Amino acid sequence: MNHKLKKHLYITACVAPAIILFTLFMIIPTINVFRISLYKWGGFSNTKTFVGFDNYRTLFKDINFYGSFQNSILMIVLITIPTIALALLFAGILSRYKFRGQNFFRIVFYIPNILSIVVIAAIFSAIYDPSMGILNSLIGVFKGGKAAQILWLGDQKIVIFSIVIALVWQAIGYYMVMYMASMAGVPESLYESAGLDGANEITMFFQITLPLIWTNIRTTLTFFIISTINLSFLLVKILTNGGPDGATEVFLSYMYKQAYTNSSYGYGMAIGVVVFVFSFALAAIVNLVTKREPLEF
Amino acid sequence: MNKNEHSNIKEKLFKLFVYAALVLLAISIVVPVAWVFMASIKENSEFYGNPWSLPKGIYMQNFIDAFETAKMGSYMGNSVIVTAFAILLLLVVALPASYVLARYKFFGSKFFNNMFMGGLFINVNYIVVPIFLMLLDGDKFLNQNFGFAFLLNNKFILALVYASTALPFTIYLLSSFFITIPKDYEEAAYVDGSGYFRTMISIMMPMARPSIITVILFNFLAFWNEYIISLTLLTKEAKTLSVGLMQLMQAQQAAANYGQLYAGLVLVMLPTLILYILVQKRLTEGMSLGGLKG
Repeated sequence: MNHKLKKHLYITACVAPAIILFTLFMIIPTINVFRISLYKWGGFSNTKTFVGFDNYRTLFKDINFYGSFQNSILMIVLITIPTIALALLFAGILSRYKFRGQNFFRIVFYIPNILSIVVIAAIFSAIYDPSMGILNSLIGVFKGGKAAQILWLGDQKIVIFSIVIALVWQAIGYYMVMYMASMAGVPESLYESAGLDGANEITMFFQITLPLIWTNIRTTLTFFIISTINLSFLLVKILTNGGPDGATEVFLSYMYKQAYTNSSYGYGMAIGVVVFVFSFALAAIVNLVTKREPLEF
Repeated sequence: MNKNEHSNIKEKLFKLFVYAALVLLAISIVVPVAWVFMASIKENSEFYGNPWSLPKGIYMQNFIDAFETAKMGSYMGNSVIVTAFAILLLLVVALPASYVLARYKFFGSKFFNNMFMGGLFINVNYIVVPIFLMLLDGDKFLNQNFGFAFLLNNKFILALVYASTALPFTIYLLSSFFITIPKDYEEAAYVDGSGYFRTMISIMMPMARPSIITVILFNFLAFWNEYIISLTLLTKEAKTLSVGLMQLMQAQQAAANYGQLYAGLVLVMLPTLILYILVQKRLTEGMSLGGLKG
């Protein structure tokens, strides 16, 4: 066997299995999302009729879809801002100061990230339980009298904030560790000379730390939006299943519901396509808006 | 009071505020997790009183119930099989692929590199329905032609799907490691007459060990905790642990069986917590290397 053929065989043997699996379980399903969205495809009977863009036309008239759209946007805004702000603040503190228990915070904050979203849902349903929950009993202690019966997951006006808190809770630690890693790269000498010029820590944080890790913040922001769309679905599906009365229905939970409960795969996939396109458009816009000249250090 | 002193006080207040926020968040994480552990050894009647009361004794029956009545034991077995098989498969497929993609220029190598990078943007939540429909169609075809079907409700197929959907991230992580190793190592091996496969397996793989461990850690957490693919592809008795826990949560709404639920919760959490305590340093360090999750 000649040398070249041997090398080709070797390369093929190494790469082919990965390409085959990737094509079979990722590329083909992705193409199928688009394809199925053009069909009226119902349930296990598997009757498919090509309907062109009918599903999309129905979608743009669907009030429930707009409801889920609104909820998703609200969640993205309400989750992103506190998560990124707190993660930056905590990372700034933990990487600038040396104090007791520093490592403890880093270890503890990362815990939610290693828990299954099912576990997080179960923990928060224990926290939010109206009669035996941790939160209501805590409020009861502060109010002194009988425990207040706030329906954290049952009240249409409150429930979305309950979900938001759970998602912020689970995300802060991950992003904090991430920012700490990039803050570690900022040279100490910059802070020293700023200190000599009389700048205080707050000024240093805004004038040195933030501008220097801006590229990293931009990337995480873009990814965070996409990840919030996914995680809000995974949590909502278990914790409220979109309820009460659609108050927490998000993009993908609506998609999943249409595809499975309603057995209209075509319609579900049309939602999927719109959400997919939307999430990338949003990420691109955020990326554009936050663009700045990268700073060297 | 001069200006300098004033800003000093401001800074101190700011520090105090941040410290309070740090402590508050830490409490909000530690307390609920500890509370679950405490609740898992309480008797059912103890749940109707104050949720903060300490357990009267260690009621291990909850764990026995969760293990047997709620079948969490057998679900745990399923999760172990699925996770282990998926990781094994992932390593066997991804290691050679990422090595070759990072090391060799060949026809289409650039395209394949970009293809796997693009895969980082495909999230399983979107494609879980088409995967299900594809396997359903496959089963139908098999049934009509051969009289048996094995694609849905199969732990190994689930593991295969897990491994496949983890390929982009894993290949990205491993390739970025292999790119950094100088070529001299392989060249020396080739001069000594070692073949391609032997060089890869006995020289490159041992060097990649830290990256391989990172890959195993991240994917263990991902596979063990995953529920949406598992929920969709395993529709019959055999379930994975996280789906079993979901089922337990739903059952608890009908018949209040709190102790069993929290015992189940502990069973799902414990392996990941133990792993985290053992390797937390590597995990948080590996993250800055691995970049972003979906």
